Amino acid sequence: MSDSQGPLWEVFVQKKAGQPFVHCGNLHAFDKEMALQNARDLYTRRGEGMSIWVVPTNAIVASSPEDQGPFFEPSNDKVFRHPTFYPMPDVIKHM
Amino acid sequence: MNSPALFNYTLRLADSSLVLAQRLCEWTSVGPFLEEDLALTNIALDIFGRARHLYEYAARLENKGRSEDDLAFLRNDRDYLNCLICEQPNGDYAQTMIRQAMVDCFDLYYYTELAKSKDETLAGIAAKSIKEITYHKRHSFSWVMRFGNGTDESHTRAQNALNELWRFTGEWFERTEDEDNLVNQSIAVDVTAIHPKWEKEITELFMQANLSIPSKVFMQTGGRKGLHTEHLAYLLLEMQALPRMLPNAKW
Amino acid sequence: MDILNFENIFEGKLSRNEMIEPKDWMPENYRKHLIRQISQHAHSEIVGMLPEGNWISRAPSLRAKLVLMAKVQDEGGHGLYLYTAAESLGTSRDEMLDALHTGKAKYSSIFNYPTLSWADIGTIGWLVDGAAIMNQVMLQRSSYGPYSRAMIRICKEESFHQRQGYEIMTKMAFGTPEQKEMAQDALNRWWYPTLMMFGPPDVESPNSDNAIKWRIKRETNDQLRQRFVNQTVEQAEYLNLTIPDKNLKWNEAKKGYDFSEPNWAEFKNVISGNGPCNKERLDKRRQAHQDGEWVRAAATAYAKKQNESYQAA
Repeated sequence: MSDSQGPLWEVFVQKKAGQPFVHCGNLHAFDKEMALQNARDLYTRRGEGMSIWVVPTNAIVASSPEDQGPFFEPSNDKVFRHPTFYPMPDVIKHM
Repeated sequence: MNSPALFNYTLRLADSSLVLAQRLCEWTSVGPFLEEDLALTNIALDIFGRARHLYEYAARLENKGRSEDDLAFLRNDRDYLNCLICEQPNGDYAQTMIRQAMVDCFDLYYYTELAKSKDETLAGIAAKSIKEITYHKRHSFSWVMRFGNGTDESHTRAQNALNELWRFTGEWFERTEDEDNLVNQSIAVDVTAIHPKWEKEITELFMQANLSIPSKVFMQTGGRKGLHTEHLAYLLLEMQALPRMLPNAKW
Repeated sequence: MDILNFENIFEGKLSRNEMIEPKDWMPENYRKHLIRQISQHAHSEIVGMLPEGNWISRAPSLRAKLVLMAKVQDEGGHGLYLYTAAESLGTSRDEMLDALHTGKAKYSSIFNYPTLSWADIGTIGWLVDGAAIMNQVMLQRSSYGPYSRAMIRICKEESFHQRQGYEIMTKMAFGTPEQKEMAQDALNRWWYPTLMMFGPPDVESPNSDNAIKWRIKRETNDQLRQRFVNQTVEQAEYLNLTIPDKNLKWNEAKKGYDFSEPNWAEFKNVISGNGPCNKERLDKRRQAHQDGEWVRAAATAYAKKQNESYQAA
């Protein structure tokens, strides 16, 4: 009875060619083909996309809230990665 | 160009689409699981949409002041010209999907040919339908594979459905007299030409799904002459109830 | 980190208007409250498909049929978004469906009333969706991320629902005498059940306090109900339909209408299973689930044979 609705999937939709695939929700499906078809019927009913990825939810590896500090804070002080770190002479208008 | 034959021809296509979609939407809100409920409703929506375009065109061809809705809601069963397979009850989900797979396979060949019609309106409606039907077919074919190769129960149900419905497939490939002229003018589709293609593809599908086409079946016919199975009158009675109850009302 | 610390982080996020996400620590009561509220909401969408689905086969024009189907389908989609939002809190769709089918879970009492005429379809869109949208707009800013995101999507999709209902009412109210009569009859039957949708009066609402503290809800039942009445009166006047309430009167001091409370005894009765259609609705959901069982089993078996084995998540 635990899996009577089939496994859970994550759905990613690409709005236009060249744009990134954006996560837009979940669904249940029993196989790959069904997951793809269901994603189309569920998440692109109003012309929201032109390409779809589906991924079984249990294949997703996620960082946890406890990781937040060690994972993401160290990059906060690396201001030299941003172009605004480097002063430019006023006369140079474009670079 | 505005011949009664073309009007009848368009009406036949419209009736088949409407009656099939009316059957499919019986599943809306009671599908086997939520995702599939939505998927089948999408398919029914496409087919209703096609019916609507065809009725609009039929009303224009007839040019007697009847609207698309008049044609759909105020004609009696003996005037309905749909194929018999479209009006058959849904049965279980296997029966609905077996019917849908056979229809989708037929419709894809049919509308692909119709898209080349000399009649630009029909060709335009057909061109739009091809994309929709291609998707419908992918959906119904997948389900035939799942049922045929799934569990013993699903296999039995699918085989029973095929045994039940096969006798309604012969009608598709009959050519009627008034159609001959339209075929010769490259307006209507020559169904005899698509028969072998359809049979080859559907046989292959059923083989892969481990299902066998029943042999020595006597093919039923009559839909295009307005001679239907007993199911159609009930379907129309329900569908047409409101416009017939209040004939002066606008909806 | 001990619990107290986690609790501080959680409270901090709430006070900064930040979202709580599935893997964040949250108080057990918050989780329970959300699962209950979101799954009830999902059940309401799914059961809500039935009274409207009742008229798909009899919609009186091709256009009306297409619109109604699209609307009922949207509701199914919304149920689905909400079920998955609840699943992110550690329950499964099966558990939720089981709770619905056994009568343990509740859903909106409104769907236990019958749809007797085509005007009921108009009224559901106009009043019931109108009331639902008020609730839902507020819930877009709820503190739980997946819930809020589902609501944003739902609100975007629902924007046509109320209009299609009002369009039906316009056609009926300005149509033949019989149509107008149907429209008034529908309004008479649906008015008070719609007012009940906002829940019991604030003084009797057991779950409101926590819900507002946790930003799962942002306005009280009575506030929402008042706002709904204020905006609906004008719409009924345009249709020349009479809201069935003799006490309905503009109150200049509160800048809103005074109106009669619905019959709360009836509300409690319907909630506890005695509405006119509770049995029909649940029977139909159970039957559909049961009829679909062999279909789901076949799909599972086929996936296995294709060597596509995904653990149920």
